[in-house]
Amino acid sequence: MVTRKFTLWKEFAKGLWDENPILRMLLGCCPTLAMTNSATNGFSMGIAVIFTLISSSTIISLMRNLIPKEVRIATYIIIISTFVTVVDRTMAAFLPDISKAMGPFIPLIVVNCIILGRAEAFASKNTVGRSAIDALGMGIGFTLTLTFLGSIRELIGAGTIFSVQIMPENFIPWAVMILPPGAFLMLGLIIGAVNWLNAQITKKAAH
Amino acid sequence: MELIIIIISSVLINNYVLVQFLGICPFLGVSKKLSPAISMGIATTFVMTITAAVAWIINQYILIGLNLQFLEIGAFILVIAGLVQLVEMFIKKTSRPLYDALGIFLPLITTNCAILGLALLLVIKEYNFIESIVFGFGSGAGFTLALVIMAGVREELEMADVPAYFKGAPIALITASCIALAFMGFAGLI
Repeated sequence: MVTRKFTLWKEFAKGLWDENPILRMLLGCCPTLAMTNSATNGFSMGIAVIFTLISSSTIISLMRNLIPKEVRIATYIIIISTFVTVVDRTMAAFLPDISKAMGPFIPLIVVNCIILGRAEAFASKNTVGRSAIDALGMGIGFTLTLTFLGSIRELIGAGTIFSVQIMPENFIPWAVMILPPGAFLMLGLIIGAVNWLNAQITKKAAH
Repeated sequence: MELIIIIISSVLINNYVLVQFLGICPFLGVSKKLSPAISMGIATTFVMTITAAVAWIINQYILIGLNLQFLEIGAFILVIAGLVQLVEMFIKKTSRPLYDALGIFLPLITTNCAILGLALLLVIKEYNFIESIVFGFGSGAGFTLALVIMAGVREELEMADVPAYFKGAPIALITASCIALAFMGFAGLI
Protein backbone atom coordinates (compact mmCIF):
# COMPACT_ATOMS: atom_id res chain seq x y z
CA MET A 1 0.00 0.00 0.00
CA VAL A 2 2.84 2.34 0.88
CA THR A 3 4.64 1.68 -2.40
CA ARG A 4 1.41 2.17 -4.35
CA LYS A 5 0.83 5.55 -2.81
CA PHE A 6 4.46 6.43 -3.41
CA THR A 7 4.34 5.55 -7.12
CA LEU A 8 1.13 7.53 -7.57
CA TRP A 9 2.84 10.54 -6.01
CA LYS A 10 5.80 10.03 -8.33
CA GLU A 11 3.45 9.83 -11.31
CA PHE A 12 2.05 13.21 -10.25
CA ALA A 13 5.28 14.94 -9.28
CA LYS A 14 7.30 14.09 -12.38
CA GLY A 15 5.20 16.54 -14.41
CA LEU A 16 6.12 19.37 -12.06
CA TRP A 17 9.90 19.21 -12.39
CA ASP A 18 11.68 16.10 -13.72
CA GLU A 19 9.58 15.83 -16.87
CA ASN A 20 8.09 19.31 -16.93
CA PRO A 21 6.56 19.51 -20.40
CA ILE A 22 7.91 22.96 -21.25
CA LEU A 23 11.12 23.37 -19.31
CA ARG A 24 12.52 19.87 -19.68
CA MET A 25 10.81 18.36 -22.74
CA LEU A 26 10.25 21.52 -24.82
CA LEU A 27 6.71 20.46 -25.74
CA GLY A 28 3.84 22.82 -26.41
CA CYS A 29 6.02 25.83 -27.16
CA CYS A 30 3.52 27.68 -29.35
CA PRO A 31 0.94 28.43 -26.64
CA THR A 32 3.76 28.96 -24.15
CA LEU A 33 5.22 31.78 -26.21
CA ALA A 34 1.96 33.22 -27.47
CA MET A 35 -0.17 33.19 -24.33
CA THR A 36 2.28 34.45 -21.71
CA ASN A 37 2.02 38.17 -22.45
CA SER A 38 0.12 38.43 -19.16
CA ALA A 39 -0.26 36.24 -16.10
CA THR A 40 -4.03 35.99 -16.65
CA ASN A 41 -3.66 34.71 -20.20
CA GLY A 42 -1.02 32.17 -19.20
CA PHE A 43 -3.14 30.92 -16.31
CA SER A 44 -6.33 30.59 -18.42
CA MET A 45 -4.44 28.72 -21.13
CA GLY A 46 -3.06 26.37 -18.47
CA ILE A 47 -6.52 25.65 -17.08
CA ALA A 48 -7.87 24.93 -20.57
CA VAL A 49 -5.01 22.50 -21.16
CA ILE A 50 -5.45 20.79 -17.75
CA PHE A 51 -9.12 20.12 -18.53
CA THR A 52 -8.40 18.76 -22.02
CA LEU A 53 -5.45 16.72 -20.83
CA ILE A 54 -7.28 15.02 -17.95
CA SER A 55 -10.46 14.32 -19.94
CA SER A 56 -8.71 12.94 -23.00
CA SER A 57 -6.18 10.91 -21.01
CA THR A 58 -8.99 9.34 -18.97
CA ILE A 59 -11.10 8.48 -22.01
CA ILE A 60 -8.13 7.16 -24.00
CA SER A 61 -7.01 5.07 -21.06
CA LEU A 62 -10.54 3.63 -20.72
CA MET A 63 -10.59 2.73 -24.40
CA ARG A 64 -6.99 1.59 -24.65
CA ASN A 65 -7.93 -2.04 -25.30
CA LEU A 66 -10.63 -1.18 -27.84
CA ILE A 67 -8.64 1.08 -30.17
CA PRO A 68 -6.93 -0.80 -33.02
CA LYS A 69 -3.23 -0.03 -33.10
CA GLU A 70 -3.21 1.09 -36.75
CA VAL A 71 -5.68 3.93 -36.32
CA ARG A 72 -4.78 4.97 -32.78
CA ILE A 73 -3.37 8.42 -33.62
CA ALA A 74 -6.46 9.41 -35.61
CA THR A 75 -8.68 8.13 -32.79
CA TYR A 76 -6.73 10.11 -30.19
CA ILE A 77 -7.01 13.26 -32.27
CA ILE A 78 -10.78 12.88 -32.58
CA ILE A 79 -11.14 12.34 -28.82
CA ILE A 80 -8.91 15.33 -28.09
CA SER A 81 -10.69 17.59 -30.58
CA THR A 82 -14.03 16.73 -28.93
CA PHE A 83 -12.81 18.05 -25.59
CA VAL A 84 -11.15 21.06 -27.17
CA THR A 85 -14.46 21.94 -28.79
CA VAL A 86 -16.09 21.72 -25.35
CA VAL A 87 -13.47 24.10 -23.90
CA ASP A 88 -13.68 26.46 -26.86
CA ARG A 89 -17.48 26.76 -26.79
CA THR A 90 -17.55 27.06 -22.98
CA MET A 91 -14.98 29.85 -22.97
CA ALA A 92 -16.70 31.69 -25.81
CA ALA A 93 -19.95 31.54 -23.85
CA PHE A 94 -18.78 32.41 -20.32
CA LEU A 95 -15.45 34.23 -20.76
CA PRO A 96 -15.82 36.07 -24.07
CA ASP A 97 -12.97 38.54 -23.34
CA ILE A 98 -10.35 35.91 -22.59
CA SER A 99 -11.61 33.77 -25.45
CA LYS A 100 -11.12 36.70 -27.82
CA ALA A 101 -7.64 37.49 -26.48
CA MET A 102 -6.56 33.92 -27.13
CA GLY A 103 -7.71 33.94 -30.74
CA PRO A 104 -6.98 30.64 -32.46
CA PHE A 105 -4.89 29.28 -29.59
CA ILE A 106 -7.77 27.52 -27.82
CA PRO A 107 -8.66 25.44 -30.93
CA LEU A 108 -4.95 24.88 -31.45
CA ILE A 109 -4.80 22.85 -28.21
CA VAL A 110 -5.76 19.95 -30.52
CA VAL A 111 -2.30 19.86 -32.04
CA ASN A 112 -0.52 20.62 -28.76
CA CYS A 113 2.17 17.96 -28.56
CA ILE A 114 1.79 17.60 -24.77
CA ILE A 115 -1.68 16.11 -25.04
CA LEU A 116 -1.02 13.73 -27.91
CA GLY A 117 2.33 12.90 -26.33
CA ARG A 118 0.75 11.87 -23.00
CA ALA A 119 -1.93 9.89 -24.84
CA GLU A 120 0.64 7.96 -26.86
CA ALA A 121 3.34 7.59 -24.20
CA PHE A 122 1.25 7.09 -21.08
CA ALA A 123 -2.54 6.81 -21.26
CA SER A 124 -2.50 4.11 -23.94
CA LYS A 125 -0.47 1.81 -21.68
CA ASN A 126 -1.62 2.57 -18.14
CA THR A 127 -4.71 2.23 -15.95
CA VAL A 128 -7.30 4.99 -15.72
CA GLY A 129 -6.27 6.24 -12.28
CA ARG A 130 -2.58 6.49 -13.10
CA SER A 131 -3.31 8.18 -16.43
CA ALA A 132 -5.51 10.79 -14.76
CA ILE A 133 -2.86 11.49 -12.10
CA ASP A 134 -0.16 11.72 -14.77
CA ALA A 135 -2.33 14.13 -16.77
CA LEU A 136 -3.02 16.23 -13.68
CA GLY A 137 0.69 16.48 -12.86
CA MET A 138 1.65 17.39 -16.40
CA GLY A 139 -1.19 19.91 -16.64
CA ILE A 140 -0.23 21.58 -13.35
CA GLY A 141 3.43 21.67 -14.40
CA PHE A 142 2.37 23.33 -17.65
CA THR A 143 0.08 25.83 -15.90
CA LEU A 144 2.68 26.79 -13.27
CA THR A 145 5.31 27.39 -15.93
CA LEU A 146 2.92 29.45 -18.05
CA THR A 147 1.74 31.53 -15.09
CA PHE A 148 5.33 32.09 -13.93
CA LEU A 149 6.48 33.12 -17.38
CA GLY A 150 3.40 35.32 -17.84
CA SER A 151 3.92 36.99 -14.45
CA ILE A 152 7.55 37.87 -15.17
CA ARG A 153 6.76 39.21 -18.63
CA GLU A 154 3.80 41.19 -17.33
CA LEU A 155 5.81 42.53 -14.39
CA ILE A 156 8.66 43.82 -16.54
CA GLY A 157 6.60 44.69 -19.57
CA ALA A 158 3.68 46.45 -17.90
CA GLY A 159 4.57 46.74 -14.21
CA THR A 160 1.65 44.55 -13.10
CA ILE A 161 0.89 40.92 -12.20
CA PHE A 162 -2.67 39.65 -12.82
CA SER A 163 -3.41 43.32 -13.65
CA VAL A 164 -2.44 44.43 -10.10
CA GLN A 165 0.13 47.25 -10.04
CA ILE A 166 3.36 45.96 -8.47
CA MET A 167 6.11 48.21 -9.73
CA PRO A 168 6.42 51.77 -8.31
CA GLU A 169 4.71 54.62 -10.16
CA ASN A 170 7.85 55.96 -11.84
CA PHE A 171 8.84 52.57 -13.34
CA ILE A 172 9.02 52.77 -17.12
CA PRO A 173 7.74 49.43 -18.49
CA TRP A 174 9.91 47.58 -21.01
CA ALA A 175 7.14 47.22 -23.56
CA VAL A 176 9.23 44.81 -25.63
CA MET A 177 8.80 42.14 -22.94
CA ILE A 178 5.10 41.71 -23.70
CA LEU A 179 5.83 41.70 -27.46
CA PRO A 180 7.06 38.60 -29.36
CA PRO A 181 10.84 39.11 -28.85
CA GLY A 182 10.33 39.23 -25.08
CA ALA A 183 8.60 35.83 -25.21
CA PHE A 184 11.52 34.13 -26.95
CA LEU A 185 14.10 35.85 -24.74
CA MET A 186 12.38 35.08 -21.44
CA LEU A 187 11.72 31.41 -22.26
CA GLY A 188 15.35 31.01 -23.36
CA LEU A 189 16.65 32.60 -20.16
CA ILE A 190 14.34 30.55 -17.95
CA ILE A 191 15.27 27.24 -19.60
CA GLY A 192 18.94 28.18 -19.22
CA ALA A 193 18.37 28.99 -15.54
CA VAL A 194 16.54 25.70 -15.00
CA ASN A 195 19.43 23.80 -16.61
CA TRP A 196 21.82 25.51 -14.21
CA LEU A 197 19.59 24.85 -11.19
CA ASN A 198 19.26 21.20 -12.15
CA ALA A 199 23.02 20.82 -12.48
CA GLN A 200 23.41 22.26 -8.96
CA ILE A 201 20.85 19.82 -7.58
CA THR A 202 22.56 16.85 -9.23
CA LYS A 203 25.92 18.04 -7.91
CA LYS A 204 24.54 18.24 -4.38
CA ALA A 205 22.97 14.78 -4.65
CA ALA A 206 26.30 13.35 -5.81
CA HIS A 207 28.14 14.62 -2.70
CA MET B 1 -3.33 45.49 -54.68
CA GLU B 2 -5.28 43.80 -51.92
CA LEU B 3 -3.44 40.56 -52.69
CA ILE B 4 -0.01 42.19 -52.56
CA ILE B 5 -0.85 43.62 -49.16
CA ILE B 6 -1.90 40.16 -47.94
CA ILE B 7 1.42 38.70 -49.12
CA ILE B 8 3.59 41.42 -47.58
CA SER B 9 1.68 41.34 -44.34
CA SER B 10 1.80 37.55 -44.00
CA VAL B 11 5.49 37.26 -44.90
CA LEU B 12 6.97 40.21 -43.05
CA ILE B 13 4.59 42.01 -40.71
CA ASN B 14 2.57 39.16 -39.23
CA ASN B 15 5.26 36.57 -39.78
CA TYR B 16 3.85 33.20 -38.85
CA VAL B 17 6.67 32.09 -36.59
CA LEU B 18 8.18 35.27 -35.22
CA VAL B 19 5.06 37.32 -34.58
CA GLN B 20 2.17 34.85 -34.36
CA PHE B 21 4.04 31.96 -32.70
CA LEU B 22 2.66 29.27 -34.97
CA GLY B 23 4.86 26.35 -35.97
CA ILE B 24 7.47 26.84 -33.25
CA CYS B 25 8.25 23.10 -33.00
CA PRO B 26 9.67 22.71 -36.54
CA PHE B 27 11.19 26.19 -36.22
CA LEU B 28 13.30 25.01 -33.29
CA GLY B 29 13.60 21.39 -34.36
CA VAL B 30 14.56 21.62 -38.03
CA SER B 31 16.68 24.77 -37.98
CA LYS B 32 20.08 23.31 -37.10
CA LYS B 33 21.21 22.94 -40.73
CA LEU B 34 20.36 25.03 -43.75
CA SER B 35 19.38 22.42 -46.36
CA PRO B 36 16.75 20.49 -44.34
CA ALA B 37 15.37 23.85 -43.27
CA ILE B 38 14.83 24.80 -46.90
CA SER B 39 13.16 21.44 -47.68
CA MET B 40 10.90 21.77 -44.66
CA GLY B 41 9.97 25.30 -45.68
CA ILE B 42 9.06 24.27 -49.22
CA ALA B 43 7.04 21.26 -48.05
CA THR B 44 5.14 23.40 -45.53
CA THR B 45 4.44 26.17 -48.04
CA PHE B 46 3.12 23.58 -50.48
CA VAL B 47 0.79 21.98 -47.93
CA MET B 48 -0.32 25.36 -46.59
CA THR B 49 -1.34 26.65 -50.01
CA ILE B 50 -3.43 23.54 -50.68
CA THR B 51 -4.86 23.52 -47.14
CA ALA B 52 -5.99 27.12 -47.54
CA ALA B 53 -7.99 26.24 -50.66
CA VAL B 54 -9.52 23.07 -49.20
CA ALA B 55 -10.25 24.59 -45.78
CA TRP B 56 -12.02 27.52 -47.43
CA ILE B 57 -14.26 25.20 -49.46
CA ILE B 58 -15.02 23.00 -46.45
CA ASN B 59 -15.81 26.00 -44.29
CA GLN B 60 -17.97 27.78 -46.87
CA TYR B 61 -19.98 24.88 -48.26
CA ILE B 62 -20.06 22.28 -45.52
CA LEU B 63 -19.64 24.02 -42.17
CA ILE B 64 -21.48 27.27 -42.91
CA GLY B 65 -23.76 25.63 -45.50
CA LEU B 66 -25.03 23.04 -43.05
CA ASN B 67 -24.73 25.34 -40.02
CA LEU B 68 -22.15 23.14 -38.33
CA GLN B 69 -19.54 25.74 -37.34
CA PHE B 70 -19.07 24.17 -33.92
CA LEU B 71 -17.51 21.14 -35.63
CA GLU B 72 -14.81 23.31 -37.18
CA ILE B 73 -11.90 22.02 -35.06
CA GLY B 74 -12.60 18.35 -35.68
CA ALA B 75 -13.40 18.87 -39.35
CA PHE B 76 -10.24 20.83 -40.07
CA ILE B 77 -7.87 18.46 -38.30
CA LEU B 78 -9.31 15.46 -40.15
CA VAL B 79 -9.10 17.27 -43.48
CA ILE B 80 -5.49 18.26 -42.83
CA ALA B 81 -4.47 14.74 -41.80
CA GLY B 82 -6.11 13.33 -44.93
CA LEU B 83 -4.68 16.04 -47.13
CA VAL B 84 -1.10 15.55 -45.99
CA GLN B 85 -1.44 11.83 -46.67
CA LEU B 86 -2.83 12.56 -50.12
CA VAL B 87 -0.12 15.06 -50.99
CA GLU B 88 2.49 12.57 -49.84
CA MET B 89 1.11 9.82 -52.10
CA PHE B 90 0.76 12.24 -55.00
CA ILE B 91 4.35 13.48 -54.76
CA LYS B 92 5.62 9.93 -54.37
CA LYS B 93 3.92 8.93 -57.64
CA THR B 94 4.71 12.00 -59.71
CA SER B 95 8.05 13.31 -58.52
CA ARG B 96 10.35 10.85 -56.80
CA PRO B 97 13.29 13.27 -56.31
CA LEU B 98 11.08 15.82 -54.56
CA TYR B 99 9.63 13.05 -52.39
CA ASP B 100 13.10 11.89 -51.35
CA ALA B 101 14.20 15.45 -50.66
CA LEU B 102 11.23 16.10 -48.35
CA GLY B 103 11.51 12.74 -46.60
CA ILE B 104 10.20 12.56 -43.05
CA PHE B 105 9.17 16.23 -43.02
CA LEU B 106 6.08 15.66 -45.10
CA PRO B 107 4.13 13.41 -42.68
CA LEU B 108 5.30 15.53 -39.74
CA ILE B 109 3.49 18.54 -41.17
CA THR B 110 0.16 17.09 -39.94
CA THR B 111 1.07 17.93 -36.36
CA ASN B 112 2.43 21.35 -37.27
CA CYS B 113 0.14 23.85 -35.61
CA ALA B 114 0.85 26.36 -38.37
CA ILE B 115 -1.41 24.39 -40.72
CA LEU B 116 -4.40 24.15 -38.39
CA GLY B 117 -3.76 27.75 -37.35
CA LEU B 118 -3.96 28.79 -41.00
CA ALA B 119 -7.34 27.12 -41.45
CA LEU B 120 -8.67 28.75 -38.27
CA LEU B 121 -7.30 32.19 -39.17
CA LEU B 122 -8.95 32.02 -42.61
CA VAL B 123 -12.32 31.70 -40.91
CA ILE B 124 -11.57 34.54 -38.49
CA LYS B 125 -10.34 36.88 -41.24
CA GLU B 126 -13.25 36.07 -43.60
CA TYR B 127 -11.11 35.98 -46.76
CA ASN B 128 -12.59 35.01 -50.12
CA PHE B 129 -11.29 32.03 -52.11
CA ILE B 130 -8.43 33.77 -53.97
CA GLU B 131 -7.38 35.75 -50.91
CA SER B 132 -7.30 32.52 -48.90
CA ILE B 133 -4.92 30.86 -51.33
CA VAL B 134 -2.66 33.91 -51.42
CA PHE B 135 -2.73 34.08 -47.63
CA GLY B 136 -1.83 30.38 -47.42
CA PHE B 137 1.08 30.83 -49.78
CA GLY B 138 2.27 34.02 -48.07
CA SER B 139 2.14 32.42 -44.64
CA GLY B 140 4.16 29.48 -45.92
CA ALA B 141 6.70 31.82 -47.47
CA GLY B 142 6.96 33.71 -44.17
CA PHE B 143 7.52 30.44 -42.33
CA THR B 144 10.22 29.45 -44.82
CA LEU B 145 11.92 32.83 -44.51
CA ALA B 146 12.05 32.65 -40.71
CA LEU B 147 13.26 29.05 -40.80
CA VAL B 148 16.04 29.77 -43.31
CA ILE B 149 17.28 32.87 -41.46
CA MET B 150 17.27 30.92 -38.21
CA ALA B 151 19.14 27.97 -39.76
CA GLY B 152 21.74 30.34 -41.21
CA VAL B 153 22.34 31.95 -37.83
CA ARG B 154 22.46 28.63 -36.00
CA GLU B 155 25.04 27.20 -38.41
CA GLU B 156 27.30 30.09 -37.42
CA LEU B 157 26.44 29.62 -33.74
CA GLU B 158 28.00 26.14 -33.88
CA MET B 159 31.38 27.87 -33.75
CA ALA B 160 30.42 30.23 -30.93
CA ASP B 161 31.43 29.65 -27.33
CA VAL B 162 28.02 29.37 -25.66
CA PRO B 163 27.81 28.98 -21.85
CA ALA B 164 27.27 25.30 -21.02
CA TYR B 165 23.78 25.69 -19.53
CA PHE B 166 22.59 27.69 -22.54
CA LYS B 167 23.58 25.16 -25.21
CA GLY B 168 20.76 23.88 -27.40
CA ALA B 169 17.25 25.18 -26.84
CA PRO B 170 17.98 28.25 -24.65
CA ILE B 171 20.43 29.85 -27.06
CA ALA B 172 18.14 29.00 -29.98
CA LEU B 173 15.29 30.84 -28.25
CA ILE B 174 17.48 33.85 -27.52
CA THR B 175 18.59 33.90 -31.17
CA ALA B 176 14.93 33.76 -32.20
CA SER B 177 14.31 36.70 -29.90
CA CYS B 178 16.90 38.81 -31.76
CA ILE B 179 15.41 37.85 -35.14
CA ALA B 180 11.91 38.66 -33.86
CA LEU B 181 13.20 42.03 -32.69
CA ALA B 182 14.50 42.72 -36.19
CA PHE B 183 11.15 41.72 -37.69
CA MET B 184 9.40 44.23 -35.44
CA GLY B 185 10.96 46.85 -37.68
CA PHE B 186 8.53 45.82 -40.43
CA ALA B 187 5.54 46.68 -38.27
CA GLY B 188 4.97 50.11 -39.80
CA LEU B 189 5.47 48.99 -43.39
CA ILE B 190 1.83 49.21 -44.49
